[in-house]
Amino acid sequence: MFKKDFTAGAKSKVKSSVQRGIRAKVLETYPDLEPHIEEILPKKSQLDLVKLPDRVSLYVLDDQPLFYQHMDDPIVPHLKIVHQYPHAFKTLRIDRGAIRFVLSGAALMAPGLTSAGGRLPDKDEEAKPGDIVAIAAEGKEEVCMIGPLEMGTEEMKEKKKGVAISAGHYLGDGLWKLELN
Amino acid sequence: MADTATELVAPAARQVVYCGVCSLPPEYCEFGGTAKKCEEWLQKNHPDMHQRLYSAETLSANMSALSVDAQKRAEKDAAKKTAKAAAAEQREAERKAEAIVLIKRVERNKRKYVTVVSGLEEHGLDLKKVAKELGKKFATGSSVTKTPAGGEEITVQGDVSDDLYDWLQEKYPEIPEDNLDMKDEVKKKG
Repeated sequence: MFKKDFTAGAKSKVKSSVQRGIRAKVLETYPDLEPHIEEILPKKSQLDLVKLPDRVSLYVLDDQPLFYQHMDDPIVPHLKIVHQYPHAFKTLRIDRGAIRFVLSGAALMAPGLTSAGGRLPDKDEEAKPGDIVAIAAEGKEEVCMIGPLEMGTEEMKEKKKGVAISAGHYLGDGLWKLELN
Repeated sequence: MADTATELVAPAARQVVYCGVCSLPPEYCEFGGTAKKCEEWLQKNHPDMHQRLYSAETLSANMSALSVDAQKRAEKDAAKKTAKAAAAEQREAERKAEAIVLIKRVERNKRKYVTVVSGLEEHGLDLKKVAKELGKKFATGSSVTKTPAGGEEITVQGDVSDDLYDWLQEKYPEIPEDNLDMKDEVKKKG
């Protein structure tokens, strides 16, 4: 999604009522963030909204990007937030061979997840299409990508083919490199 | 000053080290194209982490995770990426060395002048911010204007060309002095 480098557009302050809505929405999507929300997005803070290309809005607090959202899609956290609270997000793992493709901006394909080095959740914790998942990597501690799944994890196990995530935010992409001020 | 109350509920935010060269977490540096520089940076700034990430065991463990064929491909890819990054950097440096910052004094009306600075963007400066700075420094109007050629330049009201020359040198030493040029220009009445 952010394969090309870009510059930030107009920055505006978020109304406090809207900010409450965002906060509620984030908690709804990521219930495990509940204990940390006060750290990430304090109640009495002034959130900024930065417009990015392709109708993506980025929520920024004190020049630190927190979340981004494409139109009315689910809110996705910036990878720096994921690095701080990795346990709050559903995580899949890719094998080592797939890392270089992910970091150069290719769509994440299912074989990278189904092979020996990859990990998919068990059936009772399956992720459905559209769920936001973080992608960790074999032999690495940190998460390297986050984005909405295009295919459920059960389906992936069955087919072992096709695109898993095509519009994600990955390490070293335009959003990662974005400098505010 | 850790907040004990929140710590009891859940582990506090993790502090992640990011590479000073490529900005990724250091374990991903190898995929960035500046692996060599990243390693040096890590060794200098976080020796303990360097030892963990670049020890012989870790490297061999990384290697064994891939098939020989895939390894070769990955290696080739990495080499290509490194070459690309190096070439891009060199090109950037060359471009910077050549880019000339031109300070023009343009006659607006008899005995009234504006000063036009062009070429700053080539040196990676944000024109809007510099314009604001200049306005403050000289207490005059200063704005970013579009040129007919499609580029942008800074227009400062009043003749401040000499002061501006010195200020630029002082404030942005990364611009080589030879690349600063001054010029007088009389605007034609059209």
